[in-house]
Amino acid sequence: MAISLKINGKSRTVDAAAGTPLLWVLRDHLGLTGTKFGCGAAQCGACTVHVDGDPVRACVTPHDSLDGAEITTIEGVSGPAADAIRKAWVDNDVPQCGYCQSGQIMSATALLRDNPAPDDAAIDEAMSGNLCRCATYMSIRRAIREAAAKL
Amino acid sequence: MVIRDLGIISARYTGGDSQQPSPIVNLSRRAFVGGSGLFVLGVTLAGCSSYVEPEIDADAFKLGDPGQSPLTEVKGGDATPALWIAIERDGTVKITCHRSEMGQQVWTSMAQIVADELEAEWDKVRIVQAEGHERYGDQNTDGSRSVRFNFHRLRVAGAAMRHMLVAAAALYWKLPADQCEAKAGLVSNSANGETLSYGNLAELAGRLAIPAEAEIKLKAPEQWRYIREEIPSLTVPCIVTGDSTYGIDVKRPGMVHAVVARPPQLFGRVGSIDDSKARAVPGVLQIVRLPDARPPALFQPLGGVAVVARDTWAAIEGRRALEIAWQAGPNAGYDSESYAEQLRATARRGGKVRRSRGDVDAALGSASKRITAEYYAPHLSQSPMEPPSATAEWDGDRLECWACVQDPQGTRETLAEALGIDKANIKVTPTWLGGAFGRKSKPDFVVEAALIAREMGKPVKVTWTREDDVRHGYYHSVSAQYCEAGLDESGKCTAWLHRTVFPPISSTFDDAVTEPSDGEMSMGATDMPFATPNLRIESGNARGHVRIGWLRSVANVYHAFAVQSFAAELAHAAGRDQKDYLLELIGPPRKIDPTAEGATYGNYGGDLGEYPVDTGRLRQVVEKAADMAKWGRKLPRGRGLGIAAHRSFLSYVATVVEVAVGADGTLTIPGVWLAVDAGTVINPRHVRAQMEGGTIYGLSNALYGAITAKDGAVVQDNFPSWRLMRMGEAPRDFQVAIIGSDAPPGGVGEPPTPPAAPALANAIFAATGQRLRTLPLIGADGSKLILPTRQNA
Repeated sequence: MAISLKINGKSRTVDAAAGTPLLWVLRDHLGLTGTKFGCGAAQCGACTVHVDGDPVRACVTPHDSLDGAEITTIEGVSGPAADAIRKAWVDNDVPQCGYCQSGQIMSATALLRDNPAPDDAAIDEAMSGNLCRCATYMSIRRAIREAAAKL
Repeated sequence: MVIRDLGIISARYTGGDSQQPSPIVNLSRRAFVGGSGLFVLGVTLAGCSSYVEPEIDADAFKLGDPGQSPLTEVKGGDATPALWIAIERDGTVKITCHRSEMGQQVWTSMAQIVADELEAEWDKVRIVQAEGHERYGDQNTDGSRSVRFNFHRLRVAGAAMRHMLVAAAALYWKLPADQCEAKAGLVSNSANGETLSYGNLAELAGRLAIPAEAEIKLKAPEQWRYIREEIPSLTVPCIVTGDSTYGIDVKRPGMVHAVVARPPQLFGRVGSIDDSKARAVPGVLQIVRLPDARPPALFQPLGGVAVVARDTWAAIEGRRALEIAWQAGPNAGYDSESYAEQLRATARRGGKVRRSRGDVDAALGSASKRITAEYYAPHLSQSPMEPPSATAEWDGDRLECWACVQDPQGTRETLAEALGIDKANIKVTPTWLGGAFGRKSKPDFVVEAALIAREMGKPVKVTWTREDDVRHGYYHSVSAQYCEAGLDESGKCTAWLHRTVFPPISSTFDDAVTEPSDGEMSMGATDMPFATPNLRIESGNARGHVRIGWLRSVANVYHAFAVQSFAAELAHAAGRDQKDYLLELIGPPRKIDPTAEGATYGNYGGDLGEYPVDTGRLRQVVEKAADMAKWGRKLPRGRGLGIAAHRSFLSYVATVVEVAVGADGTLTIPGVWLAVDAGTVINPRHVRAQMEGGTIYGLSNALYGAITAKDGAVVQDNFPSWRLMRMGEAPRDFQVAIIGSDAPPGGVGEPPTPPAAPALANAIFAATGQRLRTLPLIGADGSKLILPTRQNA
């Protein structure tokens, strides 16, 4: 059944099976492949998007539960926190392979929006749902501290 | 300077590499696509604002036949400039990267090498990802050797192109070439101060003869502008906006999506199947049976049943609805618990001698103290965050694939054999790899995509779910090791026996093989650097029951765990400081030749003259890491420092780990200090990133990682049961020192991993007095170390 979703500020009509997770609607139906598949079980955070500003795991969120919600993906995330995070990510060359980094950036942006001056414990707590097998954790911590300092 | 305009690069992936093979004339044709008009470039130089660069009309020059390239066989392979470089009218310098980008920043490092010798402007550089083709030479992106294999030839290619641009300018100005100088994308005329840009000169340069290597002057290291510098990554600006194409992101018109139900056991088969419920799942288009796998495993798919659907989720749902009765096949008896006991028992028995010095048995007999220890490490999964994924498209009898593969040429050959077609009709273009760690050097998943695409007659993307990746991998080998040493009255080590037992990677390619290969033994066993007068290295055989494959650092991981843990155990037995005792074991600076003591030793393909096993360099990283960690400082109760050092992939790494262990076994890692000597370094940022990442990879596996089998099937399935380190568990502080070196480049991606686990275990011993010899130390479910109440040795 076709339904309408609001993604990155635009209304998009999708026709996927009932219960299809948002992740696969974004990737396979809308071509928004910046949001990544890592586990399908809300364990790795690679699929993190914002729903009404909050970080959400798209791989376990049925797209048809999002009627009326504002969905933001890595392609569309913007604002001072997102800009500061992106700049710090580039300045510090945070990513290695980069695959998990869409999710890392979405989680880090949500963190800085809620808490512009997080301490290390707050950073660890906000980011521990995002796995990185390249283990860029040290760089992510550095970059979040730097982004927070410049916000 | 960061290149922000990378849309061009990601757009190029799916189109692949349109570059044609060699003749230099093609360079000039390419270089001037759409650019033969006579507009004038407005290059304005400070201090000579009236100067307007003239347009060069290459057709005005009567030139002879440029002849064949004399650079097809320089050290490392073909250095013909047209293979690597295309300069466009607007000055854009396109550099072809023939290695796979998987986070090691090979795009950036390869470009640094070429652009430096070329004297290109960095912000004009763009990367073209090469398809898999023999013309590039070795493209198998494993073994930490992209820089090592290509440093020289890419310098030659860049320098040859620079010479040709200078020659073109000299021809135009009618000057001797030595009165023209190339710098930052311009050639300048020393007689009158005029300049010509590379974009303007490219067509004429492309018609000139390629200089022979002897005529090419490489830049001296002190003239390098990009090599050794902290040049920002070419990939990161794309990654932060989501504008990146990994294997799983490929899009083709009319593409459908597939997942595969594979037999739980290696060489299991479909017994019976009822797919009626699967076909009823909305979006499911087709069910495709894949051929059964037969020994040896090779890179063939595992068989089973593919569900093809209009989106990935429908395929996953369709697979869930399949009713399949599997036949378990020959590996149904594989059980990790009983297998571990077999390995341990084999390790206690005498094995095949792989290297020997002096008389270990006599020295053990006369030792004043004998120490023994057994170590065990389980199977591991590489687990790149991007699971295997491939897209295949048939066009009549031609096959084109885009996939996250480390070895596009090997992929092409595997496809040709699996599908029975000539590889001339197959094109494979690597996408970016969302991590690899050895998993993506095995192209079984690309063969799946090709087989299904042939059946469907339309483009097919195969996606592996995380469960597929964890259950159906090419696993890091499980191992048991036995170590025995003799100490004299002063505590000095007089005899060292190391016996290692593991199912070899070769069993994946010939299921009859049970003996560890020379290559695996060369990784941390037969290259033993200790100076003990009596030494014997042995191996024991073991049969493989799952697919065994490469994982970051391969056999070095378990060998370094045993050797560097045992070294610390001897220090304790001798009542000595761990670091001092390690240096004593390593002995004086010298070069070791394992072949002189009976080893068949490959040295990672490096010549022992150019890349010696140098204990002086190993000592240096030990001393540096210890200094950084303030080794010997007083620590509170429950805290401890551990050190380990290991040479692998021709580089040297020493790591100090500090742990804090609570009374209840809660473990944190306040700090890690690491020193690396990797010879000449292209980009220190890349080295630091690999040192941090490779160490945490090792710590994660040591603390949590275990793939186990029951009834032949892998027990773990996803990140809850196959556990990776999370940010909150990562070290609080991590310091890296890169030893300055003019030695030839060694590896960087893999060398940090082996010392991580033993440094951690040694630190836990220092903190608690408990020696842990069985990995993982915590496991998937635990939150704390389980410390034995008594030491068992």
